[in-house]
Order: sequence, then structure tokens, then C-alpha cells
Amino acid sequence: MPVTFFLVLSAIMFVIGFLGVLKRRHVILVFMCLELMFNSANLVFVTFASYYHDINAQLFVFFVMAVAAAEVAVGLALMVAIFRTKKSIDVDLMSSLKG
Amino acid sequence: MEILVLSILAIVVVGSALGLIMTERPVYAALFLILNFATVAIFYMMLGAPFIAMTQVTVYAGAIMVLFLFVIMLLGTEKVDMKEPLRGQRFLAAAAGFVLLVETAVLAISVNGVFSKISQLPADYGSPRQLGILLFRDNILPLMIISVLLLTATIGAVVLSRHQLKSGGLTIEEKREKRS
Repeated sequence: MPVTFFLVLSAIMFVIGFLGVLKRRHVILVFMCLELMFNSANLVFVTFASYYHDINAQLFVFFVMAVAAAEVAVGLALMVAIFRTKKSIDVDLMSSLKG
Repeated sequence: MEILVLSILAIVVVGSALGLIMTERPVYAALFLILNFATVAIFYMMLGAPFIAMTQVTVYAGAIMVLFLFVIMLLGTEKVDMKEPLRGQRFLAAAAGFVLLVETAVLAISVNGVFSKISQLPADYGSPRQLGILLFRDNILPLMIISVLLLTATIGAVVLSRHQLKSGGLTIEEKREKRS
């Protein structure tokens, strides 16, 4: 099972997620593309965990998943609160902090 | 033979990721992402990480995506991705993304030793027992920090989604008390 295959695959996933974050205007879809980027990083961790026979990388994947879950919970609560005041889910309209 | 299975799974992964960024409906995007997570979990199992694969399906596809679907249901499934006000931005984003991809692929290929295949893993590799020993014996401090982080996230989510009032108004609990 070649290692390069997984590295290039995770690079492709990361770039697709990155393009999704830049391109999308629906705020929930931006969050979902962020999750895709997290997943690509996790894939690299697990690949190197099995290549170097080091189990600590799999533990780090576990921590990344826990942190991602916490971040999604808080981010979605934030989005619900913003939607209540602005009545819109367009990222381009959420620019009141712009200098 | 093995490269055939890997290629088919890789096509599913990339296809669902492209579907995620190109579809107009948020619910379809969530379903594409669930497909992506499930296929990446299969990859984890092939790479000798069965516990991480089960955690991925349970936490990511089972909890996080359900949360996303609930919030999509709350916020409405209208299609927002209309015309971009600044012209040419999306093309520039695609070009920048392509440059990043080429850079990353060149870097991945040019590092010494990554062409080699993964050697045979020990039988117990990636099992919950091994990860549990590592987590609770060697990394107990990060585990405690993660638990405090999750508690903070829960409290934050509850606080952020409470009903805000204009000044002088009553909370829902106070109204209910006043009525009874």
C-alpha cells in the first residue's frame, strides 16, 4: 500500500475543502468544508502512524476529532444566534466587523 | 488488485468532496460529506487503525453530521450561492487551489522514502486496548484537558443559543412563573 497515494489523496481533499471554504456563501457549507480539511489532516496522521509504526499519531487523530467536535458545537450555536438577529445565512452579509 | 480497490475508494472520496463543494442544496452537501467520512473510515481500517475508523463513523458521521443536519433544518434550506459580487474571485480561488495542490503533490513525491510500501503491522496494532493504554497511562494530561475543553464547548453552546431579550423584558422562565 503506497504511502504517496494517501498523501496525494489527502492533499486533494485538503485543496477541495479549501476551495469550498473560499467559494461557498452558505455558512453551514463553509463549516462542512472545514470538516473536510480536518479529515484530510487525519488521513495523513493515520498514514504515517502505520508507516513509522508509531501509535502516537493515531492518538493525535483522536484528539483532533474531539477538538473538531467541540468546535462544531460552538460554531453551530454561534450560527444559530447570528441567524436569529440577521435572518440570513449569507457569509458576505456578516461583515459588520469589517474595518 | 489492491491498487484497484484503493483507486475505486479514492474516486468515491474525491467525487463526494467535489459534490460537496459544487452542489446547491445544503442537505445534499451533508449527505456527500457523510459518504466521504464513511469512505475515509474504510481507508483507516485498511491502514491498521480500526479504533480510529469506528470513532470516525461514530463521532464524525454519527454525531457531527447529525448536528449539521439539525442546524440546516433550523436555518432553512434555501440556496444562497448566487452570483458573486466581485467578479473573477472564484476563478482566482480555483487557480490558487490548483497551485497549492501541485505544490503539495510535488512535496509529497520528492521527500525521500515515501514511495515505499507500508510493512506488515503487528497484530494488535491500533486496537482500543493499545490506544487506551497509551491514552490513560502516558497521555493523561491531554485527556483531562480535552475533557475540560468539551465541557467548555457544551456550556458555550448552551449559553450562545439562549433567547436574547430586549432590556426590560422577562425570560421565558419568568414569564411562565408569572403566569402560574
